[in-house]
Amino acid sequence: MGSLKGGMRLPVAQKSRVTSDNRCKRGFFEIAASMSGCSFWAIWLRNGRVWKKHVLATLIGNLGQPLLFLLAMGYGLGRDMGLVDGLTYLQFIAPGLVASSVMYSAALETTYGSYTRLTVQKTYEAILMTPLGVVDLVLGEIVWGASKGVLAGIIMLLALPLFGVVPSPWVVLLLPVLFLSGMFFSACGLIMTALAKNYDFFNYFTSLVITPLFLFSGIFFPVQTMAPTVRGLLEMLPLTPIVSLARILCYGRFGEPVLLKIFGSLLATGCAVWLAGYLLRRRLIQ
Amino acid sequence: MFVTNETEGLPWQKWRRNPGKRLAGREGHRVSCTMTQTTAQQELIPDAPDSQAVVSVTGLTKRFGDRLVVDNISFAIRRGQCVGFLGPNGAGKTTSINMLLGLVEKNAGEIRIFDLEAPRFHREIKGRIGVVPQADSLDPDLSVEENLRTYAGYFRIPRRIARERVEELLHFFALHNRRDEIIEHLSGGQRRRLLLARALINEPELLILDEPTIGLDPQARHLIWERLAILQAQGTTMLLTSHYLDEVARLSQQVLILDHGQVVVQGEPQQLITDFVGLEVFEVDGTGGELDALEALFKQCNATLERVGDKLYVYAREDCSRLEKVLGTAGSWVRRPANLEDLFIQLTGRSLRES
Repeated sequence: MGSLKGGMRLPVAQKSRVTSDNRCKRGFFEIAASMSGCSFWAIWLRNGRVWKKHVLATLIGNLGQPLLFLLAMGYGLGRDMGLVDGLTYLQFIAPGLVASSVMYSAALETTYGSYTRLTVQKTYEAILMTPLGVVDLVLGEIVWGASKGVLAGIIMLLALPLFGVVPSPWVVLLLPVLFLSGMFFSACGLIMTALAKNYDFFNYFTSLVITPLFLFSGIFFPVQTMAPTVRGLLEMLPLTPIVSLARILCYGRFGEPVLLKIFGSLLATGCAVWLAGYLLRRRLIQ
Repeated sequence: MFVTNETEGLPWQKWRRNPGKRLAGREGHRVSCTMTQTTAQQELIPDAPDSQAVVSVTGLTKRFGDRLVVDNISFAIRRGQCVGFLGPNGAGKTTSINMLLGLVEKNAGEIRIFDLEAPRFHREIKGRIGVVPQADSLDPDLSVEENLRTYAGYFRIPRRIARERVEELLHFFALHNRRDEIIEHLSGGQRRRLLLARALINEPELLILDEPTIGLDPQARHLIWERLAILQAQGTTMLLTSHYLDEVARLSQQVLILDHGQVVVQGEPQQLITDFVGLEVFEVDGTGGELDALEALFKQCNATLERVGDKLYVYAREDCSRLEKVLGTAGSWVRRPANLEDLFIQLTGRSLRES
């Protein structure tokens, strides 16, 4: 019907209203409508289009740090160390660094990246003048951040054989776990963006949240051997279950309760996405 | 193609919904230019449900904290009309527009756009509106063409159709030579034209223009006016806000002046000027004594007088040309037709609004 020659041509925006329920509903229904209509993909595609222009810079920015850590800690420090948890130190830290690269990539995208789109570039303002709403925006940004995170994770995994670490076939199952973790940290970043007054605000996030998580989530030392209270505390951190799942799936060594970790991460991600949506709506719709 | 064939209309306008409706809109605008005051005023008041109304707003109210920003305003925009939204800074123009778009939640009142309730049906409504925002919100990393294509994606316009429309819009706004340019390298006028092109990507039935020519040189402004006039002739309904009152006078058939969140006056511009200002204005420069003498003289004529510093404004309600002889000796003066700016100042005062 879009190409009736000489006749009237319905604008495409009108077509969709016949088929899908476009009423503005809040909360769950709106999320479901956005997911089923996949309208948030337009935002994902927009970000992808911009990202393509700066591929190299962003990849180096996101991957440089974990690879350097792998080199310095794994080779430098790990050479003179015995086995940790039955693995060489380099083998021990490699899966955790994959998980941390996802965290960094996702969280930085939805803080500095999203904040630029929110304020300097006014991209959100432009998007909200189209049929897309805040829920599409939030899902688009979070799924985008998670996608960038997973890409960083995949590149890290592909780089591991260069360091003599060859992951087991189970590692394929790690990808959805990394995506989930990417969703969580993207949502956390977006929460910060919704609260930020300027770029300096993100210093709190990186130095009080991201860096401690990087250091204390069991990437560099085994959490299991800590004193019970400390261990309980560290296992509550959102990156800890992802790091252990990464280690389990990288080497196919099952033993710890996997389902609990996955369920906990799903719950945390759901809450974070909801909160990001709530706060960003408050910021964008007066 | 468009430049040589403008009167015929743009190809994409030919495909539009209902040619009959478009014609009606065009006639409507012609009629409104010669309308008497009573009909002009009635037209904006949405008493009865008006099938011609693209936008109808009743009792719209918005508070930010204790501050009443929009106070019980009502208006309607008929199909094919261009309504100018005027008011000093902080009068509530942008807040009202943002309520139409669902970017600000209303506290009270009713908004119907395309006969649909807002913001309940905001997805559908926004699918049929084009917005030219005041602030540049183009994607600086993307090229001219990519900006348009990306925006088409937000409206879920299929790629093939989007490609055609992008092509047409690039030509219509004389940007086809710049299609691969990054936004950073564009001039102010080119950016504005691109913002306009972007707003038209979904073939909107209603175009909202927030200061469309702000900061542009005369050449660039004229090009934009010319393009807007073409769109208007094809029946696109418009809502325009601008501080350039010559622009509003040029484009709008109806104006609505807001101040302190309330509608001060609405109607057909020329009629409002005649009613509230008069026919013509004398602006006379001089010393206090000279102007005192002239003030006494102008009392003979049906006119309102206003002194601002060393200047005397005479708003004449009748032909005062007989006084020109006297003025000839009195320093520098001009005589000109009353305009929208006089009306605006008359109704909203001369004091600055900087809060």
